Amino acid sequence: MKAAVIVFPGSNRDRDMLMALERAAGKPPLAIWHGDADFEPVDLIVVPGGFSYGDYLRAGAMAVHSPIMREVAKRAQAGVPVLGVCNGYQILTEAGLLPGALLHNARLKFVCGDIHMKVETAQSLFTAGYESGQVIRVPVAHHDGNYFADDETLDRLEGEGRVAFRYCTAEGEFDDKANPNGSARHIAGIYNETKTVLGLMPHPENATDPQLGGTDGAALFDGLVAALH
Amino acid sequence: MAEAKNPEITPELVAEHGLTAEEYARVLAIMGRAPNITELGIFSVMWSEHCSYKTSKKWLRTLPTEGPQVIQGPGENAGVVDIGDGLACIFKIESHNHPSFIEPYQGAATGVGGILRDVFTMGARPIANLNALRFGAPDHPKTRHLVAGVVAGIGGYGNCIGVPTVGGECQFHESYNGNILVNAMTVGIAPTDRIFYSAAAGIGNPVVYVGSKTGRDGIHGATMASAEFSEDSEEKRPTVQVGDPFTEKLLLEACLELMATDAIIAIQDMGAAGLTSSSVEMSSKGGVGIELDLSAVPRREEGMTPYEIMLSESQERMLMVLRPGREDAARAVFEKWELDFAVIGRVTDTGRLVLTENGETVADIPVAPLVENAPEYDRPWEATPPSPEIAAVDLPAKPGDEALLALLASPDHCGKGWIWHQYDHLVMNDTVIRPGGDAAVVRVRDTSKALAVTTDCTPRYCYADPVRGGAQAVAEAWRNLTATGARPLAATDNMNFGNPERPRVMGQFAGCIEGMGEACRALSFPIVSGNVSLYNETSGKGIHPTPVIGGVGLLDDVALAVGIGFTDPDLSILLVGKTQGWLGCSAYLREILGREDGAPPPVDLAAELRNGDFTRMQILARRAAACHDLSEGGLAVALAEMALAGDIGAEIAGAPEGVPLHAWLFGEDQARYLIATRNPAAILAHAETAGIPVAVIGRTGGEALTLPGAAPISLTALREAHEGWLPGYMDGE
Repeated sequence: MKAAVIVFPGSNRDRDMLMALERAAGKPPLAIWHGDADFEPVDLIVVPGGFSYGDYLRAGAMAVHSPIMREVAKRAQAGVPVLGVCNGYQILTEAGLLPGALLHNARLKFVCGDIHMKVETAQSLFTAGYESGQVIRVPVAHHDGNYFADDETLDRLEGEGRVAFRYCTAEGEFDDKANPNGSARHIAGIYNETKTVLGLMPHPENATDPQLGGTDGAALFDGLVAALH
Repeated sequence: MAEAKNPEITPELVAEHGLTAEEYARVLAIMGRAPNITELGIFSVMWSEHCSYKTSKKWLRTLPTEGPQVIQGPGENAGVVDIGDGLACIFKIESHNHPSFIEPYQGAATGVGGILRDVFTMGARPIANLNALRFGAPDHPKTRHLVAGVVAGIGGYGNCIGVPTVGGECQFHESYNGNILVNAMTVGIAPTDRIFYSAAAGIGNPVVYVGSKTGRDGIHGATMASAEFSEDSEEKRPTVQVGDPFTEKLLLEACLELMATDAIIAIQDMGAAGLTSSSVEMSSKGGVGIELDLSAVPRREEGMTPYEIMLSESQERMLMVLRPGREDAARAVFEKWELDFAVIGRVTDTGRLVLTENGETVADIPVAPLVENAPEYDRPWEATPPSPEIAAVDLPAKPGDEALLALLASPDHCGKGWIWHQYDHLVMNDTVIRPGGDAAVVRVRDTSKALAVTTDCTPRYCYADPVRGGAQAVAEAWRNLTATGARPLAATDNMNFGNPERPRVMGQFAGCIEGMGEACRALSFPIVSGNVSLYNETSGKGIHPTPVIGGVGLLDDVALAVGIGFTDPDLSILLVGKTQGWLGCSAYLREILGREDGAPPPVDLAAELRNGDFTRMQILARRAAACHDLSEGGLAVALAEMALAGDIGAEIAGAPEGVPLHAWLFGEDQARYLIATRNPAAILAHAETAGIPVAVIGRTGGEALTLPGAAPISLTALREAHEGWLPGYMDGE
């Protein structure tokens, strides 16, 4: 699998993502600087976490207007798989590649720590390494992760099986206390119509190394490598 | 202050600049004439307590700063220690107390920004941040607002720039009602052959300004940090700088990119006193002169005077001396990162700081006397009278379970998750031991090594007995590192005190330094960097003496690090060290009995060294599954923290003969550790050979912590007590 990680000046989980991809693929992915409007064909594009351009206006709002994101959108529409994590997820919703928006966390504070989430379905490129309904533990680290969309959109996402992950308790129950940011219907991540674009707030890339207290995120990358090799 | 462009230098103006008549006479002698307003401003900030250390120098000189591991001790932007593999650890702690009280979010945020710059200026990539916070009494009307603002500010800066905030401490006491403490520490890693210093060199070489533009923010911040507060301090809000972590991230990446080439001869961040202190430091260290054309300084406001440009504390700026001919290559790097880059001057052989604006000289000061003839004071001091020793048997014994639950739910000893969950402590993917334990542990990329990092101080002890308290702060930092399996390498100190012009306060300072020095020498734990914050005093009331110690230790093999949480049921719990049951000045005395008196526990440095080395040896031999040092709240609090971290209970045996039960559970005797192990026999055998006091005191298992002579406390009840207080308080309950 040849993957490319888009690096904005304020990206800060780009290295974490590069490590996780390299661990899974056995070779280093490309790091593409935001100023480079064009890059070679790849099997997977990743928009990593961070504060793309400082995010003083609104998370991801400026990144959308960068030349590189026009290229990412073009390739996503052509079917190239795109993964957006945290700030990457915010950017993908700002770019209209995913519906809805990420608002300030319900408690208006940054939140960092492990959460549990349920894999809604294993029927996707990104979750082929999991069982449907599996509960996994991965970290979150964000201030604006409160997923919002109108009821119609939420119904459609659920109806079309496009909810990728939902926050839950360790036992798999949906409970407001287990929802770290107030996201609508406990949604932690969603797909586009073709399930080739995934955006999620939690950081599977920070849960791939046994030394760091958990490896539940590794199957996401291993599954991608198996599907895209 | 400088409304007219060239105001007459009157005694009032001199006094407003914080210079005494005697200091001003010294200025006149150095200049051979009256200074103009710009020159007066430069003397004022350079001779402020904050920049000149004029009160503390005499005492700081007595601290041990050397060792085979030390590459650079105090005097540069940060301390540097060798960690092998061609790598160095670069670290420092610094206070941003006064600004954080006035404007908590920006004050704390720019504190983090400033200490990050101190570390990456030297060529290091920052890999961990810590912070030591002290607030006033929880029921003081300002405290809640200050906690919320400071925590959000620290998080706002560190989270954005992408350096994990992995540790620290937070305490409350009424002595901080008018002067909170916000001490921030950064730890970074650099190749030993690519460490950058600030000494300017090479006559004619270009002096370059990079980073953000200069504005009017923060003018006279260093002077503000060198005076007592009064009721009208809030009016000083305009002197607090505003942070821009995104620009700092760009500056960090651009500097590290340029540092990988050979373009930079010297580099210095613009921190307190901005362009003034950076240009003076660089020329003074290099023994050269510097000429700057202020019209070339990038600025974001019209009509700034030379005085304002030189004293601005706008953030995210650096000054560099480049190798000749490297300007264009350097400019390309900074332009790639969309930062300002301007050649604003050159190195000269005059030994003078000469400032021009549109071709006209606006300041001309000889650098050597400005630095070397700075005032230095040997202020009168008086020792703190000894506090009486309190015998544990004379103190009421509360039931262990009730006392423990009350301690765990007290502001100082409750869980601080509400704070550190607002900090990104995982970014960079190297955090092995997260906040909430003894020390945090972060991996050193591309090696098998890891660093353990911690900050510690028990101000109550320092207030009762400065010498003992100073030694204890060092010993506890050393213990916290040791309890992870790390070998303590070196420390940084943040000396927070009241008004040194009061002999009692000066005595606290001198006493703490004496104790720290003794402990650092005994434990081979030199101080390699630090910061002094005096005048933490409002309307004549000073803070408790608070010498915060930031410690760094090294694990050669990260896989050997242990945390505090019980890992399994049926482990033996061993106590390393002697317990006499010292309750004077203890958390039990303060929280349960409402008293803060008595002598603090003695610090036996030889026992610290012996017990610590023994404990580390057990960890590195893989005989310890978990380890925790004992500090405030003693055995019972340490056990509760281990049980909560591992979500496994324990049952503890009775007190040894001669130690009253409440003193056994809550005594704060030093030099002690708890080890949870599968293999008690091996540890006991080693202990006997080495002559170390070690005893089996209990066993892990179950869902409750059972202390001797007390009802079992369920883990749920422990957790509620421990984790409930801070979120409840912040929600206004």
